[in-house]
Amino acid sequence: MAEQLEPSSNGSKLLRSLGVESTMRIDPWWGLVVLVIVLIVVLCLVSTDPFWNILRFVSDGIVITVIITVSSFVLVLVLGLFGGLGRLSRNRLIYALATVYVEIVRGIPLLVQLIWWYFAFPAVISEVGGWLGITALADYKANPIAMAILGMTVCYGAYMSEIYRAGIQSIPRGQMEAARSLGMTRFQAMRHIILPQAIRVVLPPVGNEFIALLKDSSLVSVVAVTDLTRRGREYMSTHFNPIETWTMVALIYLVMTLLSARGVAWIEKRSKFER
Amino acid sequence: MNSVEPIIQIRDVHKHFGKVYALRGVSLDVQKGEVVVIIGPSGSGKSTLLRCINRLEEYDAGHIVVDGISLDNAKNINIVRQEIGMVFQSFNLFAHLTVLKNLVLTQRVVRKRSEEESERIALELLDKVGIQDKVAAFPIQLSGGQQQRVAIARALAMNPKIMLFDEPTSALDPEMIKEVLDVMLDLAKEGMTMIVVSHEMGFARAAADRMILIDEGQIVEEAGPEKFFTSDNERTKKFLSKVLHM
Ligand SMILES: Nc1ncnc2c1ncn2[C@@H]1O[C@H](COP(=O)(O)OP(=O)(O)O)[C@@H](O)[C@H]1O
Ligand SMILES: [Mg+2]
Repeated sequence: MAEQLEPSSNGSKLLRSLGVESTMRIDPWWGLVVLVIVLIVVLCLVSTDPFWNILRFVSDGIVITVIITVSSFVLVLVLGLFGGLGRLSRNRLIYALATVYVEIVRGIPLLVQLIWWYFAFPAVISEVGGWLGITALADYKANPIAMAILGMTVCYGAYMSEIYRAGIQSIPRGQMEAARSLGMTRFQAMRHIILPQAIRVVLPPVGNEFIALLKDSSLVSVVAVTDLTRRGREYMSTHFNPIETWTMVALIYLVMTLLSARGVAWIEKRSKFER
Repeated sequence: MNSVEPIIQIRDVHKHFGKVYALRGVSLDVQKGEVVVIIGPSGSGKSTLLRCINRLEEYDAGHIVVDGISLDNAKNINIVRQEIGMVFQSFNLFAHLTVLKNLVLTQRVVRKRSEEESERIALELLDKVGIQDKVAAFPIQLSGGQQQRVAIARALAMNPKIMLFDEPTSALDPEMIKEVLDVMLDLAKEGMTMIVVSHEMGFARAAADRMILIDEGQIVEEAGPEKFFTSDNERTKKFLSKVLHM
């Protein structure tokens, strides 16, 4: 935003923003990441069967987990913005729609929502298709991954709406008034004045949502998605070694969440320096 | 003042906030180039009146016409706001932007000026208000007096025909009040049309063409400064004795 006007910028800033202090002291949290990764490597080396085999077996599940988490999160960021602005709208109808959405979603367990999207939603579509005599709809079959992404997005979008709303409300009223008094429209003031400031406020809770979403994505294993958790269950059901399988799965999730936490911390730090 | 059409015409404006009756039939004409200073007790409706003039606040009844444009209908508000600069008690500089960007952004977005032109105008105005070496700083790094001067420059960058000041110095430490008042005095001398809510009576004496006392949502007295400061009106006398001894 103000790149060329930064008071001072030098190489050590880059290092610091990477979590490396100018004295090259490593952020202790990175130690934990390394520790867990080393633990996984050691397990795989020391006892290839089952640990290395488990890792290989579930690796496609890791990819699915990452795909679902990242695509849901991107959609959540967008949906949450609409929801948050809707909750602040002076238009009664938009406000009511946004509020009903948020309240309904927050009142239903995520697992039940995922099950609803996978089992109930396609049935609704095909019934409606049957009524209307549209065969394309009547024969509708749900794609598990698409329904999982939809379910995660709708649910997390509601929580994200509230985070955005709080972030926007935390910006002093005078900022909007000054922008409006200078002749900006509400939309221009939102876009250029309020949202850029609100983003910095919401960054920490948004980052936490990403990590929470990553962990909750394990629930999609119930609705026919072969994610990391489901692959773990498949491995265990043929090899009957719960201790090794679930320890490995847990460690893999741990690496992913710890890495995400570092990523979030890095982004937060960088956005602070931009001030 | 001659018979030219007033640049601001306020006719019998009423405003409620729920049960609070903030403006109770205010009428006021301001001529081009005139400096009007408004005083009055806290809560008497001074801010509300200013905010109605650029329609940050909607009024319930009455009419306001600014530079020939009626404010009664919401369609015109963005056009009118470009004609009116407003300076707030709490400065309200955009916290995420540098001083320079504070002035550039609005010119780019509202006036659609080029980056170069916006920057040239911004630097000129910042120089005029005495902010030369802080253009790359963020608002939080400036003193209150500096922030308010930047806020004035930011409003001027839109080439307003009218400037509204809502207690521009009452959030400032005493030693910074003068630097802001000096900028305002220069503006007044250049012929800017100004409505100033302020209890700085030194400024009023030096700059005001007309003084107004507002109390309980009504204009109590309206006169040139000489007459105003020697008024027989009991409420004016009482209020003046308070602000003059502050
Ligand atoms: N946004 C608002 N909501 C409710 N009441 C308000 C609002 N703004 C002002 N008021 C009330 O209107 C009256 C006039 O306020 P104001 O114009 O701010 O007074 P002044 O600027 O003279 O101190 C006060 O009683 C104040 O409490
Ligand atoms: Mg006020």
